[in-house]
Amino acid sequence: MKNRKFLAASLLIVLALAGCAGEKATKPTAGEEKGATPAETAPATGESAAGASLSDREKQRRAELLAQRRVHFAFDSSSIDDEARAIIEAHAANLVANPQIKVSLEGNCDERGTREYNLALGERRAQAVEKMMKVLGVAGNRIKTVSYGEEKPLCQEHNESCWRQNRRAEIVYQ
Amino acid sequence: MHLSFRWIAVTVMLLWSFSARAVLTIEITRGVETGTPIAIVPFGWDGPVKPGQNVSDIVEADLARSGRFAVQPRKDFISTPHEDKDVVFKDWRILKSEALVIGSIRLTAPGKYQVQFRLYDVFKETQLAGFRYNITSDLLRSVAHQISDIIYEKITGEPGAFSTRIAYVTREEPTRTQPVYKLQVADSDGYNAQTVVRSAEPLMSPAWSPDGNRLAYVSFEDKRSKVYVQNLTDGHRELLAEFSGINSAPAWSPDGTRLALTLSRDGNAEIYVMLLNSRALKRLTFDPAIDTEPSWSPDGRGIIFTSDRAGSPQLYRMDASGGSAERLTFDGDYNARASYAADGKSITFVSRTQGGFHIAVMRLDNKTTQILTDTSLDESPSFAPNGRMIIYATEVRGRGVLASVSADGRVRQLFKFEEGDVREPAWSPYNRKLQYKE
Repeated sequence: MKNRKFLAASLLIVLALAGCAGEKATKPTAGEEKGATPAETAPATGESAAGASLSDREKQRRAELLAQRRVHFAFDSSSIDDEARAIIEAHAANLVANPQIKVSLEGNCDERGTREYNLALGERRAQAVEKMMKVLGVAGNRIKTVSYGEEKPLCQEHNESCWRQNRRAEIVYQ
Repeated sequence: MHLSFRWIAVTVMLLWSFSARAVLTIEITRGVETGTPIAIVPFGWDGPVKPGQNVSDIVEADLARSGRFAVQPRKDFISTPHEDKDVVFKDWRILKSEALVIGSIRLTAPGKYQVQFRLYDVFKETQLAGFRYNITSDLLRSVAHQISDIIYEKITGEPGAFSTRIAYVTREEPTRTQPVYKLQVADSDGYNAQTVVRSAEPLMSPAWSPDGNRLAYVSFEDKRSKVYVQNLTDGHRELLAEFSGINSAPAWSPDGTRLALTLSRDGNAEIYVMLLNSRALKRLTFDPAIDTEPSWSPDGRGIIFTSDRAGSPQLYRMDASGGSAERLTFDGDYNARASYAADGKSITFVSRTQGGFHIAVMRLDNKTTQILTDTSLDESPSFAPNGRMIIYATEVRGRGVLASVSADGRVRQLFKFEEGDVREPAWSPYNRKLQYKE
């Protein structure tokens, strides 16, 4: 399992480096990554650039974090918790190490509350991630933010488990 | 039976629509006993083939839906007059009908009809209204709604709002394909639905121009929010706002010359006013919080908006030229998306109470607030132009649906469309052009 995530993370970096923009990179589902064969032969280019001095365990943790492309938020909040912080830090390090990559941050909300307020809240979530990435050294011109408000839920049910999944910022490599 | 339909679901199926797509049911989920008893005699018909639109049935459905009338069941009728000379008031006094409507439709030329109706006060034995319309067949539904408006006004003393339209957004997700979003406009009873915009990306926030001829809305067709204005007559549309960041929440000034909207082009969601002829922008809010959802007061002087400057979304009022804002809501941690009644005396908005999102009404003079709904995901309320009803979006068994509630909370209905989610309703202003009576 961990190996697969590691492979997936490496693949995503390779794809990003190769300039594979668009649809594939925006949907990092496990099945899709597993089905993409180039990972098995491609070297993990991004990894060496990220720092050769890292221990294997650190590398693995970094890869696991990089495989996560979503950070989640509390209701009506754009505060970044520890879990989200670790994920954003990993992506920021990846971006710093690979200056040619650009990223789009997509803010989303759950269905509760009003659509227009949520559109602004989604933007604020994307901006919270952007701000942290900038603090971590990523140039502002490599980051784009967009808000979909509550218009693009991942999960359509009306319960807290679904709402939690939907309150998110997505990190989409361009 | 006819006097008491409170808490009983009365389903009115309207089956003579133009196409299968237009079939819709309106379910009265909460009624009242206090409506004026009224008898509507099925209109007489003089011609070889009956017209496709049954005028008296449409009038009956309109009046029943308003919650202001108790429509008498036809099976109880002792007589069925179509002409003034045939009316026997005793037959209606026995049924305790206070008002009586009769009428007839005559084919005058191919595709042309003459519709007549009369409204009587049964106890005074007097005629309250009588009109004759010469129309083409495509206007039969419009005339029916006008007759409903006249009856409503004569009996309640307030103008009706049946000759109006609603705009709303549907989302359908056919299996294995991309979702389809449509901005649609339909008559106030859900009929004659027409698609204004169709998109694979979300559509939201339709806003009627004061003359009812144009809609402003937000479209994600370019993968981010942009504001468009579209003419409903010729379909012509203009892209009004595509600044960096969000472009959203369009609201027309009452004189139709300006649009308030929310932009984050300066980094944060703020309210701006755009002059429509020059596209000149003026920024109204300057606060690091979210400021959005502007709604113009009917006198054009003020704008109510949503801001979380105090930590949670609440409603504020400022001058239409900007400046300091007065906080209006203090109860609860979520009060948002206000919309004015046409008289400017009250607003409807979304309020979170006991964990659920409900439709509320506030009187602006004394700030008293009433929660009108008890479902939990209610949003996008807007008043009918006569201020008596509010249309909003809610969720029933996992599907987005439209519903309406009387401004006093006593009458509620669900608008059930065949499929998909329906959301973002906006009630049109009056359209004075639709008048054909003699």
